[in-house]
Amino acid sequence: MTDSNPGSAKPTLKTLPGDDVRQILWRYSDRYDLQMVVQAARSVARGLVARLVAEGARHTHEWTPDKQRLLEAMDEAGITAVAIDPEHGGYIPGPKNLALALVAFELSWVDAGAATASLAGNLALAPIHERGTPEQVAKYMGGAVPAAPGEDRRTLRGAFALTEPIPYVGVDTNTMAGRVRVAEWKEGEEPILHVDKRGRFITNAAFANFACAAVASDDPRIKGSCMVILEDTDEGVWDPGSPTLKLVHQLSATNDPIYSLKVPASRIIGGYTVQDGVIVPNYSHAEVIEAVFRRTRVTVGLMTAAKLLSAVEPVIRYHRQRFRGGGQLQPGSPRYELGIQQREDALHRLIDVWATGEAAASLGFYTARLFDEFDPLEREKDRLFAERGIKGARAQLKAFAAVKDAALEFIRLEHLPADRRDAARYEELLNDTLVQFVVKDALSQVFCPATKLWNTGVGANMMREAVSLMGGYGITEDCPGFLGQKWMDAQLEATYEGPEAVQRRQLTVTMVNDLFLAQFRHWIRQMRQIAAKKPGTGACTLATAMELWLWTIGYLQKAKDANGETLYHGQRQGVAFPMADALSWLLASRQQILDVLELEEKGGDNPALADGFEGTVAFLTDLCHVMAARASGEVGRIVAELVYGYLRHPSWDGDCDSCFRASELEAVASVVPGFDSSPLEVIQDDDTHADKAGPCVRFPGMERFRELRLKLDGCLTGARLAKDRAAAALTEVMIPEALDYPR
Amino acid sequence: MSNGYHIVVCGSLVPDPLQALEPVTTPDGPALKNESMLPSVLDPWAAHALYEAAHLAKTVPGSKVWLVSLGPKAKLQQLMMTVAQKAPFEFVAVDGSASGFTDSFETAQALAKAIESIAGLDRQRLLLFGGCSSASRDAGTTVGMVGALLGIEEQFLAVDEIVPQEDGSFRVKERVEGAQYLVSECAGAPAVLAWATGNLPEPPNNPQVGMTNMRTIMPALAKAQPAGNLRGSLRFESVETPTQRRETRVVKDAGIDEIARELADWIRG
Repeated sequence: MTDSNPGSAKPTLKTLPGDDVRQILWRYSDRYDLQMVVQAARSVARGLVARLVAEGARHTHEWTPDKQRLLEAMDEAGITAVAIDPEHGGYIPGPKNLALALVAFELSWVDAGAATASLAGNLALAPIHERGTPEQVAKYMGGAVPAAPGEDRRTLRGAFALTEPIPYVGVDTNTMAGRVRVAEWKEGEEPILHVDKRGRFITNAAFANFACAAVASDDPRIKGSCMVILEDTDEGVWDPGSPTLKLVHQLSATNDPIYSLKVPASRIIGGYTVQDGVIVPNYSHAEVIEAVFRRTRVTVGLMTAAKLLSAVEPVIRYHRQRFRGGGQLQPGSPRYELGIQQREDALHRLIDVWATGEAAASLGFYTARLFDEFDPLEREKDRLFAERGIKGARAQLKAFAAVKDAALEFIRLEHLPADRRDAARYEELLNDTLVQFVVKDALSQVFCPATKLWNTGVGANMMREAVSLMGGYGITEDCPGFLGQKWMDAQLEATYEGPEAVQRRQLTVTMVNDLFLAQFRHWIRQMRQIAAKKPGTGACTLATAMELWLWTIGYLQKAKDANGETLYHGQRQGVAFPMADALSWLLASRQQILDVLELEEKGGDNPALADGFEGTVAFLTDLCHVMAARASGEVGRIVAELVYGYLRHPSWDGDCDSCFRASELEAVASVVPGFDSSPLEVIQDDDTHADKAGPCVRFPGMERFRELRLKLDGCLTGARLAKDRAAAALTEVMIPEALDYPR
Repeated sequence: MSNGYHIVVCGSLVPDPLQALEPVTTPDGPALKNESMLPSVLDPWAAHALYEAAHLAKTVPGSKVWLVSLGPKAKLQQLMMTVAQKAPFEFVAVDGSASGFTDSFETAQALAKAIESIAGLDRQRLLLFGGCSSASRDAGTTVGMVGALLGIEEQFLAVDEIVPQEDGSFRVKERVEGAQYLVSECAGAPAVLAWATGNLPEPPNNPQVGMTNMRTIMPALAKAQPAGNLRGSLRFESVETPTQRRETRVVKDAGIDEIARELADWIRG
């Protein structure tokens, strides 16, 4: 029998994973442009951003001249232009989801408020980038590129104005107080609109000189809703409003602005047509938002991932040095060298933080890459639909439904070995834009909310663990790595751009899409295959947990509760939401395993990694195992509650098919000797019974579920040994003498 | 000056100064523990030389900068992701050890050979830049020897400033003992300038500049020639880290007065 958990002779982690390792894990080792963007963002984060935090810039809600320097530093380092296409003055060609994700990750390593300041500028441009007319794109994308020295123009800085004061808050609101009406419409001329919008919690509003505002029609001559570009030079009121008194992300400017402006109708994002004397925007505000948030939420998820990974080094250093300097300890003694690292609990908890950070980063960066693949498909799909005259949501859905079978066929072929599939048919489907679009769309509709939900929600909880590992120091302002601030910041990340409930609601719909589930089924087999070659990854454990989740989602979709109510539907959030959580755990763990396999495969080619490569891979593999076990445990707990929890517990006075009267039992035992020693429920002839709620549960039809649950428990074998090894590695890994940013 | 300077900067990587360095013995002699895995930075002395070179090239039209780096190829590639963003230059790579346990003379020979092979380099317009203490365990010998091997007699060590004149000559400020400067006038290139800290701040990273530089960096790395044995006959009897305890923290952009005050306070206890 192969030992999947070899002993301590295994090579271990020598140094903290550096850029060479990360570039392979997150798949940008061949992208020099991205590697440079990472270094540029890092220099701003660990330079100016860290100094601002250390000097207390987070203590003010106002946008100060010091904070303004952040924008200049980001302009200077090329960060502002990352989102811009080269034809408009940017320098990264093609989709930029991974590039923006890396920038957000690097900035958040020190302070997520700074990342939000950068992100919010991109968010303001995103509606224009995704849905704007060519003129709008040219003007605003080009204008957002920082002015070159000697160039006489102001740099355009935007705000995304969606959220409104209570009661109309939240990113998915269908009702808005923001209004647009026709102010003036002269014969043969462009209509002039009047826009009234009060925003709440609008990032960048303090310094923005344009805003993309979501508004609803307040005029029969305008149909529905739309997004409109407002400028600070437009006629009317442009009031940046008062700063939001937020407790977190204070390096971003968040205000409650008031806009009441006259703008030409050409500012409607995506343009409009005039039908029977009515202005019909080409895109409703919801259509614009959907295109925007499905991308930008990923970067938010990565902001929390960066926090977790950034906590590792300061915690190790604090633990090791905890007892030094007291005068009585001698260098070389275990207490001097290891400090708190002598305690298993401290090591194990840090391993949990680290493993969560790795999984969150793997999930987030995968999703960013997925959108990089998806973007060109979406544009090509839009082009095809325009060419074929397919307009409106219903017509599009019909077109997607028409290729569903072909998409399922593609998924089946995709997961067959190349020599066993119909190569011509596979190639045909691979080159079919619509097929590829629906396959990738099914993934992106799950991975985006899963990233936002899991990374920020679980990440925020895990940041609390990281803070606790620093003792009282953790909640001081001068805690190395600013861990206390990061913990609080994580809560905002779990909230803005769609709080957790919004993500769960989206997953409720998208995770039961046949095209997603078809891919998910193949992933179970994939995990088993990985486990056969790399048993130490925890892939087998995860595969069992995935099977259990899949069985449960199928069951919940068909089953009813004890009251005859349908279990799985949009409004039954007590059922659907936990399943969304469970799925997110599985996806995060799976991506982490896939990334480590990539490292193992590709890392050997990099001579810079040669020395400690085996140890690095072994350690990261152990982290995978730890996370797979944790994810599987979560899934087991959730599905057991859902499957059993909606059934009525059998009662002694109800119809109990496993209950016997004592006298009956005696009679049967006289014919079938030993029958009375079976584990049966017995009701005495005087109606007394064992002290418990009722006969123990036995539900027919649940055999497979029980089998999987039992199997999953056994699959956890070795997970704690992996954790022990990883913990031991923490005591040996070499770390720098100090953090590379001030505190 | 009508045609500008041809400025060659010699500069390579060193372990990030924040790393705890621990010497170990290998079959090839002394090395640093986990050296290949430690993050690297451009040698700070050489970095100043590079920033000064870029500034000079910008000031004197027609000038051009080359960066010649001797180090392990794979590590150089990673380093260039940062360094390439700092200033425009053409890259020349030599594949060899940058461990600090090499001999100045062998290192100087490898660098001189690489410089001699640069196509289009006008040796009459050559200003050879480097860090004053680089690649020499602080002995300050390497750049001077590269210059000597290239036949350059005008040499300035521990330079903090160069002021070019219109006729191609320049004035140089060199550090000497007792916080004094020696100011010299030089008729012009060719000359060696081994830089101390200079006066320029580190430029911000600019990926656009980096991507332009990458056009020469990747081919240069691909065709980097091996430097050969850089240790020569050098033998190390023993290698150890100083016994003083380091207490490191990162403070950026602190003024001289502030640093001096803090040191004085620390000494007073």
